[in-house]
Amino acid sequence: MKTIVEIGAGLAEKKTSAVEVATAALASAKEDTFSAFLAIDEAGAMAAAKASDERRARGAALGPLDGVPVALKDNILTEGVVTTAGSKMLADFTPPYDATVTARLKAAGAVIIGKTNLDEFGMGSSTVNSAFKPTKNPFDPSRTPGGSSGGSAAAVAAGIVGGALGTDTGGSIRQPASFTGLVGLKPTYGRVSRAGVIAYASSLDQVGPMAHTVEDAALLLEAIEGFDANDSTSSDAKKTVWRDALRSGVKGLRIGLPREYFVDGMDAEVDSSVRAAAKRLEALGASVVDISLPHTKYALATYYVIAPCEASSNLGRYDGVRYGHRAADAKALKELYEKSRSEGFGPEVKRRIMLGTFALSSGYYDAYYRKAQQVRTLITRDFEQAFQSVDIVLSATSPVLPWRLDEKLDDPLAMYLMDVLTLPCSLAGLPGLSMPSGVSASGLPIGVQLLGRRFDEATLLRTAFALEKH
Amino acid sequence: MKLTEEQVRHVARLARLALSPDELTRYGSQLSAILDAVDSLSQLDTSGVPPTSVIGAATPHLREDVVAGELGAKVALANAPQVEGSSFAIPKVIE
Repeated sequence: MKTIVEIGAGLAEKKTSAVEVATAALASAKEDTFSAFLAIDEAGAMAAAKASDERRARGAALGPLDGVPVALKDNILTEGVVTTAGSKMLADFTPPYDATVTARLKAAGAVIIGKTNLDEFGMGSSTVNSAFKPTKNPFDPSRTPGGSSGGSAAAVAAGIVGGALGTDTGGSIRQPASFTGLVGLKPTYGRVSRAGVIAYASSLDQVGPMAHTVEDAALLLEAIEGFDANDSTSSDAKKTVWRDALRSGVKGLRIGLPREYFVDGMDAEVDSSVRAAAKRLEALGASVVDISLPHTKYALATYYVIAPCEASSNLGRYDGVRYGHRAADAKALKELYEKSRSEGFGPEVKRRIMLGTFALSSGYYDAYYRKAQQVRTLITRDFEQAFQSVDIVLSATSPVLPWRLDEKLDDPLAMYLMDVLTLPCSLAGLPGLSMPSGVSASGLPIGVQLLGRRFDEATLLRTAFALEKH
Repeated sequence: MKLTEEQVRHVARLARLALSPDELTRYGSQLSAILDAVDSLSQLDTSGVPPTSVIGAATPHLREDVVAGELGAKVALANAPQVEGSSFAIPKVIE
């Protein structure tokens, strides 16, 4: 298991070659002990690795990611490599272009090994909602790696790739990072382009890095962030060399512990891990204060109105006409739409489409969608208020440890409750990072979540870096 | 909020989903349970609170309206389930 920095050092010192590293990564991706991968791009990876070695041989290496094997969540478009979003609907879809983040990783010299498993269209917290297979947690293969970016999490945690990209709509980078002992960063909404990322809920979706260390996550963020004319919500916030911001320590920083985030039913070991992390930051010179984010308890309801509404609109495009699954025997157009969609979508996707369709339907729009948008404003204001007196908000990432894959979670609502600590950050468009904070008595990773001000990834990363080293 | 079977059928129709009688019952009770949980929002007084539709710049960045990144018909049709000439093919809509 090697970090991006370690792989990069091995390449720079000529102890190994990109081809050698890619060959090993491809072999373990093919073995795929934890069912992390949906597609492996052997030809593309070997070509990229050869090109990287040639650049390095003539002294023209591109930077810290040049020759480093990475994986992409399978809702991120890759030209010429099947991209399914974990759905039967797109089982045979070959994108004609790269997502902006894919193109940027390629331009940085990264070697894309393959595409990773996810809950269908990003809807879920376990990867069990994948139409193809569940992914296993490398720490305990009988348990979930979390989701929806569970395949990316398992691929990195198992040491197959140096780092990976996930997407996060309500916690889908942070929760699987927490469940697999990784660092996962959901950037500020707008920092990373969504162009070429298969849309789930467009006002919430954001691409971000999953990696072994804070520094690795910072390197991936540097490669993918920045303005993109193909995403009208992408920000022109200045690009930063995140690595430079890491080492300035936490002396004088104010850390807030929101009392609403210590929820009923929270695992006792998770609870004490968060408090221990706060103590460590205090010992490093930060001050820790209790804060209140009073509208936290409404975040779950707000999210489960807004995200399904946006999904019902976004997923309207799957009609069996231009791409995606088409039912075999439809005789009329409406029948073609209905049959193709009913055959192509899995149960959780249908549930969210119907929920959103209902909440947007005539007579219910104001009571549900508009109401949720107003409460979203209140949740955002809670954070604005809190960030007047603290610099970082610290909590658990997930209230529970990774659950068993065979645990029956038939009740969708019980499943949604697992996201309760990651949703508010998404609704407020803030940057959020999950990082390892310890291991349970049963040997499972525990993660803590750090939230920062909008576009203040610098403070987030340096706090995480300090916590990681102590 | 408890959805009637007729409401579930209506929503499925709007969403262009064909549901079996089994699915109608199952989704009906699941959606009702989710809506019950979501109804907690109605406890909050939000009068005068502006809605948030997207977090970020008040005005989106719009690019110049110039043609760029054309795929061409062949590539654009490559993923189509059925093609006729340079068009997507669908069942007949007008007799």
